[in-house]
Amino acid sequence: MTSPTTPTSEILLGHAERGMSGTIGAIDARRVASALSAVELESRLLELGFVEGARVEVLHQGMVGRDPIAVRVDTITVAIRRREAMAISVIR
Amino acid sequence: MTTASQTFNLALVGTPNSGKTSLFNALTGSRQKVANYPGVTVERKTGTFTTPSGRVVTVVDLPGTYSLRGRSPDEEITRDVVLGRKSGEALPDLVLCVADSTNLRLTLRLALELKRTGCPLMVVLNMFDIATRRGVTVDLERLSQELGVPVVTSVAVRKGGTDDLLRRTDELAGGAGAQRTPNLWQPPSAAELRAGQREADRIIAASIRLPEKPDNLTRRVDAVVLHPVAGLIVLAAILFVMFQAVFTWAQPVMELIQAGFDALGEGIHAVLPASVPLLQSFLQNGVIAGVGSVIVFLPQILILFLFILLLEDFGYMARAAFLMDRIMGGAGLHGRAFIPLLSSFACAIPGIMATRVIDDRRDRLTTILIAPLMTCSARIPVYTLIISAFIPARQVWGVVSLQGLVMFGLYAAGIGSALAVSFVIKFFMLRDYEPAPFMLELPDYKLPRLKSVAIGLFTRAWMFLQRAGTTIFSMMVLIWFLASFPQPPAGAEGPAINYSIAAYVGHALEWLLWPLGFNWQIAVALVPGMAAREVAVAALGTVYSIEGGKEAAEQIGAVLATKWSLATALSLLAWYIFAPQCASTLAVIRRETGSWRWMAVTFTYMFALAYLASLITYTIAVALGAG
Repeated sequence: MTSPTTPTSEILLGHAERGMSGTIGAIDARRVASALSAVELESRLLELGFVEGARVEVLHQGMVGRDPIAVRVDTITVAIRRREAMAISVIR
Repeated sequence: MTTASQTFNLALVGTPNSGKTSLFNALTGSRQKVANYPGVTVERKTGTFTTPSGRVVTVVDLPGTYSLRGRSPDEEITRDVVLGRKSGEALPDLVLCVADSTNLRLTLRLALELKRTGCPLMVVLNMFDIATRRGVTVDLERLSQELGVPVVTSVAVRKGGTDDLLRRTDELAGGAGAQRTPNLWQPPSAAELRAGQREADRIIAASIRLPEKPDNLTRRVDAVVLHPVAGLIVLAAILFVMFQAVFTWAQPVMELIQAGFDALGEGIHAVLPASVPLLQSFLQNGVIAGVGSVIVFLPQILILFLFILLLEDFGYMARAAFLMDRIMGGAGLHGRAFIPLLSSFACAIPGIMATRVIDDRRDRLTTILIAPLMTCSARIPVYTLIISAFIPARQVWGVVSLQGLVMFGLYAAGIGSALAVSFVIKFFMLRDYEPAPFMLELPDYKLPRLKSVAIGLFTRAWMFLQRAGTTIFSMMVLIWFLASFPQPPAGAEGPAINYSIAAYVGHALEWLLWPLGFNWQIAVALVPGMAAREVAVAALGTVYSIEGGKEAAEQIGAVLATKWSLATALSLLAWYIFAPQCASTLAVIRRETGSWRWMAVTFTYMFALAYLASLITYTIAVALGAG
């Protein structure tokens, strides 16, 4: 992933601006307070194709609080709230 | 293969949006049956077809799912049928894992999971024509080899597009490689899901080549449709057109149907000998006027369902949920509640059933409680009747019909009150909980296919007509009976109905309803309206036609305009925004929530709101001089 010429930075998907793209570095649902357990939330993210190494790009965002966001994950588009997107860290 | 080797059982499994249902329609055509699984309200769609070699195949369309973990009642059905755990369901002889060829990632992971169940499996790359047009090339042999299961392509919507699928099914049914192996499936852990997705991605990389320049149409459309401001304007415009269409496009057809039923009633009246006035009255006033006054609304209901089916097939529904998530979140609703609530405009029953897509129990309960406040199609007959009788048919601002505008206002009142109720629930009961997540795939836009939409519409129309033929028909017979007996004594003054049981019941209820401006005839109509709201219209038709004779039956709207004050009419409109008057909805709420308590809560709060709204409307209207 890292090459000596382009320095990488990591950002939580929940903080990403519209238009940001990168690859998923890690998924950790423990940072998100949710009605679901961390394991369950992580499982659901995985089922929608959020796996480490997948390419993501923030395509659209909602009106109220720029939330939720529509994220391109490799070849799929997924709508997700910023709150749950905090479980996903992105390397750009 | 079990004892009954003459029929072969196929099960369709796939992720949501995989085109599973259009494949099911292509395979079975009109030979399908929609029912419920026993004990739950998950739709059970089955059908049959015959393969080229003459094998009879039954096929079941299982609820869409991303995995077999069974996170909701729908998904549990899918899991249990595939594993043969569902009593009364045949263990499938072959599972077809249906994939959208333009988007294989999630389905291939599901296929790998399905493989572990040991059930004979075949992967179907559906919508293969779209994938080819977009420049996606698939090495089918490699894909099949990597997955370890047969792979076929299909174009569900084209004639001959399922030939390959049928041929391979025949081969597999003939025993070529469809051996069942022991079930090794267990609910996958997060690590296993991750590994499964990695494996699926590896297989895709090895066997599928994506075009250099991906198709950007969906993205370009979404730039507008999902735009924070433009998107909401588009959504509002779609809803507005939908409701104007329901009210204006249907008009000519409705008039035709009405004229047909009137002629039929006249004809029967003329054919029957005048020596049997009771039979004449029963057929003309009870049966034909009653059932006809409900069937006349079929065009409106079909237009509404047409919009809902089209929006669903376009892939717009998920977008609407995206746009509405935070806005509805302010009222304590989940974005996913948008789809069930929109379906509730057609009927609260499928709407409440559709709340199964909301996996959080509290979010789901809130949605169920407010779904009956959405203006269902059964209210259209009531609204239409009263609006056309009391609201002048003129244009405002040059383009919009005033009647359409009032209709829109009634819908808006339903939505507004639903949001208010939801807000109250959230504020008083559920405020200390963490919110459930909102995650939803936004499928690529697809052109709806005529055949699928037609089959969907036909199913809805058939369900409505069956209801008109059974529930509504029997209610009409009952109402006619109550309104006709006992017959007035010889030499009695006034209309015959004044001496009937109906009048007695109506008068008995009048003390409760007079503050709302309801006369006893309305009270009579509200009682059978408990079975289904639209029956109230038919009941009014019967009551007034028995009271007023033939002319009244033909012109029920005109009769109401002379018998009721504007205040009464407005009060009845207000009543119907909230009225908890549909026994089937209450039954579904009981079944879906698994408790009498929530059914009672729904009934009570809606009754209270209806009474209050009518009281306020009537009082204000009278004060303004409309009494």
